Amino acid sequence: MPDRPMTLFSLTEQAMSAQMVRMNAATSNLANAGSVSSTEEGAYRPIRAVFTAELDRASGLSSVHSEGLVRAETAPTKRYDPGHPLADGDGFIFEAPVDESAEMVEIMESARQYQNMVQALQTAKQLMLETLRSK
Amino acid sequence: MSESIFGIHGAALELRSQRMGVLASNIANAATPGYKARDIDFAAALQSRLEQGQLEQGRSGNPIMASAQDAHILYRAPTMPSLDGNTVELNREQIAFSENALAYSATLSFVQGKVNTLTRALKGE
Repeated sequence: MPDRPMTLFSLTEQAMSAQMVRMNAATSNLANAGSVSSTEEGAYRPIRAVFTAELDRASGLSSVHSEGLVRAETAPTKRYDPGHPLADGDGFIFEAPVDESAEMVEIMESARQYQNMVQALQTAKQLMLETLRSK
Repeated sequence: MSESIFGIHGAALELRSQRMGVLASNIANAATPGYKARDIDFAAALQSRLEQGQLEQGRSGNPIMASAQDAHILYRAPTMPSLDGNTVELNREQIAFSENALAYSATLSFVQGKVNTLTRALKGE
């Protein structure tokens, strides 16, 4: 939002959206854990949200937004399983290289930061209301 | 005008609210690679704000007090630098945020007390 000055509310809103993107990416990775492909290129690669800070010079606030998603460059796990229906000519299948525990930690951290933002906004909003109601 | 009524508290309240925004920015960017945590040097910012106010009063002009506090935004020195260049330490930010919120409340009650005093004097009860 370059045309409007950044407030604490828009800052929190953008930070929460960024955390949501991050959490969705981690959840997608978890959902695709163990998915199998018959080619190395076709295997699922885990995705990660990339955050960048966005400084609003007028108010001195800097919010965060996710610039996009990148695919990890990890190689899929090659496993020999000739009985698998998706096995290639040599009897290999390619499994998605998803680290379940890393994804769980990612989700937990994202949730913590989401909570932090909510808490900060609540405190700030309460102070604003107190200021507003003073006579 | 407001300077003579509220004294230090008017400027302090504005600075507190600005510092709250800066600290909230730090919390929001806790996971942004390369982000450097910032904070306002409150004492120095308040000092320069007051000096500026006195100057403006001497010139009997309307005090426009903008961007003076920008000079007092400093980068925080991290206890332990992280690999991605991010210097936000959530525990410190949260403590600074709650301390700042408490100080905001205190300043606000001083301002409110002043207003109450004036209102009572005006009403003459």
